Amino acid sequence: MTLYVVRRLGLLLLAIVVTSIVVFLLLRLLPGDLAKVIGGTQATPEQIEAIRKELGLDEPLVRQYLDWVGGILHGDFGVSALNGETVTSQLGEKLTVTAPLVIVSTVLSIIVAVPLGIIAGARHRRADGVSLSAVSQLGIAVPTFWAGQILIVVFAVSWGLLPSGGFPREGWDDPGRAAQSLILPAVTLAVSQGAVLLRFVRSATLDVLHQDYIRTARAKGLTRTQALYRHGLRNASLPIISILGVQIASLIAGVVVIERVFNLPGVGQMLVRDIGARDLEKVQGTVLLLAIVVLVIGFLVDVLHRVVDPRLRVAA
Amino acid sequence: MSLLSVEDLTVEIGGRRVVDGVSFDVAERGRLGVIGESGSGKTMTALAIVGLAPDAATVSGRVRLDGSDLLGRDDRGYAVLRGSRIAVVFQDPRTALNPVMRVGRQISEPLRLHRGLRRRDAAAAAVDLCDRVELPDPERIARAYPHQLSGGQRQRVGIAMALACRPELLIADEPTTALDVTVQAEVMALLSQLVVEDGTALLFISHDLALVSGVVDDVLVMRDGGIVERGPVAAVTADPGHTYTRQLLDAARRTSLPAEEEVG
Amino acid sequence: MRHVWRSWPGRLGIVLVGVLLASAVVSLVWTPYDAKRVDPTQRWRPISWSHPFGTDGAGKDLLSQVLAGARTTLAVALLTVLLAAVIGLTLGILSAISPRLVGESIAHLIDVLIALPTLILALVFVAALGGSVWTVSLAIGVGSGVVLARVVRAEVSRVLTQDYILTAASSGSSTWRTVWRHIVPNIAPTVIVQLSLIAALAVLAEAALSYLGLTPVSTPSWGRMLGTLQETITVHPGALVFPGLAVVAATLGFNLLGDGVREAVDPRLRGRAATASPVFSSVVDQIEDPAVVPVTGGAGE
Repeated sequence: MTLYVVRRLGLLLLAIVVTSIVVFLLLRLLPGDLAKVIGGTQATPEQIEAIRKELGLDEPLVRQYLDWVGGILHGDFGVSALNGETVTSQLGEKLTVTAPLVIVSTVLSIIVAVPLGIIAGARHRRADGVSLSAVSQLGIAVPTFWAGQILIVVFAVSWGLLPSGGFPREGWDDPGRAAQSLILPAVTLAVSQGAVLLRFVRSATLDVLHQDYIRTARAKGLTRTQALYRHGLRNASLPIISILGVQIASLIAGVVVIERVFNLPGVGQMLVRDIGARDLEKVQGTVLLLAIVVLVIGFLVDVLHRVVDPRLRVAA
Repeated sequence: MSLLSVEDLTVEIGGRRVVDGVSFDVAERGRLGVIGESGSGKTMTALAIVGLAPDAATVSGRVRLDGSDLLGRDDRGYAVLRGSRIAVVFQDPRTALNPVMRVGRQISEPLRLHRGLRRRDAAAAAVDLCDRVELPDPERIARAYPHQLSGGQRQRVGIAMALACRPELLIADEPTTALDVTVQAEVMALLSQLVVEDGTALLFISHDLALVSGVVDDVLVMRDGGIVERGPVAAVTADPGHTYTRQLLDAARRTSLPAEEEVG
Repeated sequence: MRHVWRSWPGRLGIVLVGVLLASAVVSLVWTPYDAKRVDPTQRWRPISWSHPFGTDGAGKDLLSQVLAGARTTLAVALLTVLLAAVIGLTLGILSAISPRLVGESIAHLIDVLIALPTLILALVFVAALGGSVWTVSLAIGVGSGVVLARVVRAEVSRVLTQDYILTAASSGSSTWRTVWRHIVPNIAPTVIVQLSLIAALAVLAEAALSYLGLTPVSTPSWGRMLGTLQETITVHPGALVFPGLAVVAATLGFNLLGDGVREAVDPRLRGRAATASPVFSSVVDQIEDPAVVPVTGGAGE
């Protein structure tokens, strides 16, 4: 088992390295000379050249890449060329908005979607199962941002219960208002993610229900429900764990969009703005960080799988 | 009065009659073989008796166990019987067991369910059962997971699970078909012995007439959902009345290695 | 196709996608008004006979805009599917049939590329290359093509273990022939289902990207409409309904289409024994030589 973890860790590191290369190269695709942007429209060619030298943009690509990686290994994810702040400090600030949003919506979606998905699968021939399935079908077809807009219209505009967007300037120093402004975004995100999760749980449950060992369990005297819960769920939890890992990528996409809808000063909003402003250093660092989070979660999911599934545990 | 009485049993799936008006009896301690090729409806008959036919199927007719009706029951009504009065051993040992649950726990499940045993007592009983089905090192096996056992061992586990509560009737659906030939004979012998010891009635389903001749007293031959011949097994084997039965016998004799490769 | 029609989801899916198709095609030649025509006298008109969807803040007819937007949506969906199919099939098949080391390296590469969230990838692409129909399709196509590659690899590996492939290989068929005549028809159903899901994803992603304002104003787009309308959300919430519904309908259509194909091809779900499904053979008929593909119950697991 430890051998597996070590090997998998090695693969993780390799993946991170490859990702960093991909991210680095990808961003070099961006047209728009950063030096010109900083220099401004009045800058002379010599001044632009000087800026370029200062930023190290005239060095060969490989050198630039190595410099960047070297910095990262020291915990320095780069400095924004436009406003001089470090990536890490800015991220820290934005995370106070994004992290609670992500955590709350994920927990919410799991609490709602997993039980409903199991019901939808177990009762897939009955009316409630079918209607649950139909509702989830609708749920995945609704774009996240539109759902957000609808919720704004209902809760903020019509009923005036919750703010239609924005985050208090004092941040969490005003916890009441901060929490309030995260309610609608979290619910929207939870609904979006939940609909997808529900479908996966439903199909995992359906798969399990068709297995022979469920029939054996019933032949021993378990009712359908008992067989499902005592034998099926254990097996269904395996693909469900995988799904949760995969969902992280779509969660990131959802966050970016939601932060725009609700005007939240989070990581997503920062990213979109930086890409538009061609702030290479920052975008590089942020995207790499996000990718690392995704990869690490993938790694954890794999290990968890190994722990939970006895078939994988015993084999070398 | 016979233990199991089946009258005019019909199973329809998607407009097709998979089992068509089948009737037979099994006496207490009786042993009946049901022979046929795949598609003859033999397995579906057995499943219908215990209420495990697929959801899409419509089952009609009368099935009585010791006088009480079975077919009208709901899931819970059936669950009370299954495992305690009627038990089933299935064909494919690779898939019949829950892959993520230890074997001992799966065996003790019917005991805890129907006999109200506590976990510790049931676990001990499970080890005893492993011993009874001639599994080597029963304590280690009880703690193992299905994938750690061979096909023959898994099938013995299946038998242990089925006989745990000493049912009145055991339905064996081609229990040895998926096993290696050498293992087949052993498992057959084990089954035969245990059934006699416990006084359990046996309904043995197979495609191989010759195979069952040592284990059952009477035999039914099924084809396309109906019974084409019935009688004492010796008589039917020696002098088959129906041409189809004759063909089955010949086919079985020709391929003296009827079982597929044992996997696992 | 007729078998897809039989199932409820399939039927609805075909209808919805058909409506999308029709809107796109029709809008090429005619819309009730010019979608870009600004008319200050007609600002914020409610639903009426002359403006079935109402108008927006600049007096532009919403119905015309929705019809025009269908073009963009359809174009992005089709281009994405095409690109994803090419990338997914090539990488997936190569990875599965190549000798071990090569195959596994490609597989790992695929897994790494999957880690980059598609939208982020798309953001960068779009920022780098401008936000046209082409770049959006490129971004989403690459992102989903890689995911498809993983599925294809798994499917091809599964098919490769079937006995008859070994028979064909040993009988001397060249690699390409084996791939074309045996592998492709067997993975086709799964791939078709995945591609319709990718189309649905493309619709949503295009909407999100244009909502974020990353596509040019000149390209009609539902997402962009919603982005603009958000500014007046407190005063005129009603206008949000139609473009949003359009996105929902298009996405739902592709998803249901995928479900319909899946149900049509998987014999198990239709309550019959897993023997040769006539539906499966019809899918094969459409692809290639029917006589060669043997009966296998493993069509859609």
